[in-house]
Amino acid sequence: MAAMTMIQALNSALDTMMERDPKVLTFGEDVGYFGGVFKVTEHLQQKHGAKRCFDAPINECGIAAAAIGMAVYGLRPVIEIQFADYMYPAYDQLVSEAARIRYRSVNDYTVPLTVRMPYGGGIYGGQTHSQSPEALFTHVAGLKTVIPSTPYDAKGLLIAAIEDDDPVIFMEPKRVYNGPFDGRRDRPVQPWSKHPASDVPEGYYRIPLGKANVARAGQDVTVLAYGTMVHVALAAAEVSGLDAEIIDLRTLVPVDIEAITASVAKTGRCVIVHEATRTSGYGAELSALVQEHCFYHLEAPIQRVTGYDTPYPHALEWEYFPTPPRIVKAMRRVMEG
Amino acid sequence: MSPRKPNALDLHIPAPRARPGDKPDFSGWTFPEPGDTPRPDVGAAAVELREYAYGLIRVLDMEGNALGPWSPHIEPETLRRGLKYMLLTRAFDDRMYRAQRQGKTSFYMQSFGEEAVSVAAALALNPDDMCFPSYRQQGILIARDYPLLTMMNQIYSNARDPMRGRQLPVMYSSKKDGFFTISGNLATQVPQAVGWAMASAYSGDLRIASTWLGEGSTAEGDFHAAMTFAAVYKAPVIVNIVNNQWAISSFQGIAGGENTTFAARGVGYGVPPLRVDGNDFLAVYAVTKWAAERARSNLGPTLIEHFTYRGGPHSTSDDPSRYRPADEARAWPLGDPIERLKRHLISLGEWSEDRHREAQDAALETVRTTGREAEKVGVLGAEGAHARESMFEDVYKEMPWHLRQQREEEGV
Repeated sequence: MAAMTMIQALNSALDTMMERDPKVLTFGEDVGYFGGVFKVTEHLQQKHGAKRCFDAPINECGIAAAAIGMAVYGLRPVIEIQFADYMYPAYDQLVSEAARIRYRSVNDYTVPLTVRMPYGGGIYGGQTHSQSPEALFTHVAGLKTVIPSTPYDAKGLLIAAIEDDDPVIFMEPKRVYNGPFDGRRDRPVQPWSKHPASDVPEGYYRIPLGKANVARAGQDVTVLAYGTMVHVALAAAEVSGLDAEIIDLRTLVPVDIEAITASVAKTGRCVIVHEATRTSGYGAELSALVQEHCFYHLEAPIQRVTGYDTPYPHALEWEYFPTPPRIVKAMRRVMEG
Repeated sequence: MSPRKPNALDLHIPAPRARPGDKPDFSGWTFPEPGDTPRPDVGAAAVELREYAYGLIRVLDMEGNALGPWSPHIEPETLRRGLKYMLLTRAFDDRMYRAQRQGKTSFYMQSFGEEAVSVAAALALNPDDMCFPSYRQQGILIARDYPLLTMMNQIYSNARDPMRGRQLPVMYSSKKDGFFTISGNLATQVPQAVGWAMASAYSGDLRIASTWLGEGSTAEGDFHAAMTFAAVYKAPVIVNIVNNQWAISSFQGIAGGENTTFAARGVGYGVPPLRVDGNDFLAVYAVTKWAAERARSNLGPTLIEHFTYRGGPHSTSDDPSRYRPADEARAWPLGDPIERLKRHLISLGEWSEDRHREAQDAALETVRTTGREAEKVGVLGAEGAHARESMFEDVYKEMPWHLRQQREEEGV
């Protein structure tokens, strides 16, 4: 075991898989010699050679399409989209191609592809380095969408994604790459090394896709969250004085419906948190699922705490970013019901 | 609109020379004579090959003589196979086009007039080279001896459709024949072919990739992505632009063909740009061999523009007499690929009008017999051709809970 940041854990997952399986290779903008703008692929080129970790032209359509061709050939490519905000040129390839090749060819061709992309705000990245487009993937039949919240989960989930025989969108909460930022800007961010989930095995292990994690057990109210918002929700629970149960979904599709229903059936109250814009966001799907599966357990209307339906505002980032006070407010509202 | 100011800017909208009611007009196009274009060394630097983008590689003259350095050495038996596959493709297209008109399927796309582009390439490539076609290269599948009955079963979406009724009729897929599942989103297959070729090189394989797209879809960003990646990584891939002059109703000028050739797109990427008479079976074969040898020697990609003419409608959903002169196909200056290969074989003493008629009849008979067999299995809309639960299968390797739930809601 070693104390790892999420970046180191992701790097270790790639390294582990490249060591185990010659079919695994990785490429993307600046990922080769330089090791990626966030350093997730650092030293991989030096260790595994340029053919297995290399720089790609600035063309996300080409990165996705070339990886699809490689996956169809039988490799297990892992591509990096430098920021989730840059994925739109690749969208047709991911949605119309990667997601459907198995179905349209009746298993003749398959696409064991992993698409990594850092997402989310809180880094003063402005409109084009802060977005959370997960709902644009969860809406697509044939894709799986995964979002870890800790170094331990990041490594185990990335390994599971690489080994999965279907295309997996692997979104990395970049605000917690280096520490479990919890939305409280008035205090220093703890380093990952002080968090138990930074204990990451050096070798191979996997966390199954489709399984949520109870980040905090509680009785009063269920909070459904993923990525950075898990830590923000934990902070909110701490200051609220409520005994909240925080469910870290980890995989959005296929989602762990059993974990959700078990928790909401117990608490009867549900708050959903994400950074992405609200309308047609993934929270809408969660809200619908909770209503369909837990209606008779609900004591109050479901609450959503999300980014607002605006482009990501640079200077007003901290008004936009869901912080503990907003979640506490929603918790109190749901307790009143 | 207010009166035009002097020296005002003016927006150019390209228009073809002839529309319905006009005489077909191919004047002003000059082509090199058959045999006149030199054949460069397979290892030539891309920079030395630029002029090929603006010429036209031709081997067969209109009398059927094979001329010049591009004239490939092909056994007469292979030529006869090529001719038969082209005849079969044409007969198949004709029957399936009519089947759509009779309501037996929803949709069909012929390759009438451009059969050489697919069939000659299929015979020039190795049988295990990987093809990423667009929707008009059924000739490849036919030349790789894929069963016509299976194609028809798919076209009729019947109980033996290998795609289980999920795909549009002509969107075939056959991994064992090196034929990639066809997409209706244009040009997506081109950068995928480059990725496949990169994977083949990465793996130390011997197989190369070849991909086809129409001149119209070279305007897609995917084409630029493909050319960039192919050039950067020297991918062992052949990118074939089938310039058949028409993208549904838009003439090739709308895709940028007014000012340059489509082969010339290769110049900017440093990819050898060969422009070939697509109705000349021998020239298509020779150029494909050249590009394949180059790719196999780790010298990277080649871009080939096949200059041809789409003899039929885009699909069964459009009527070309609404947007181009009805007799334009007949006026095409580079003739018909089947007729030209026939003349060549006859001039070699390896074929005759009688044998041709017999081969034509045999193709028609094969297609007719196979058609009846497929219709016996069923045509589009036949009750119970596909189990309802099949709709939910193969979305993922394992069916997740939400699809199981939806399947239960459907009552299956």
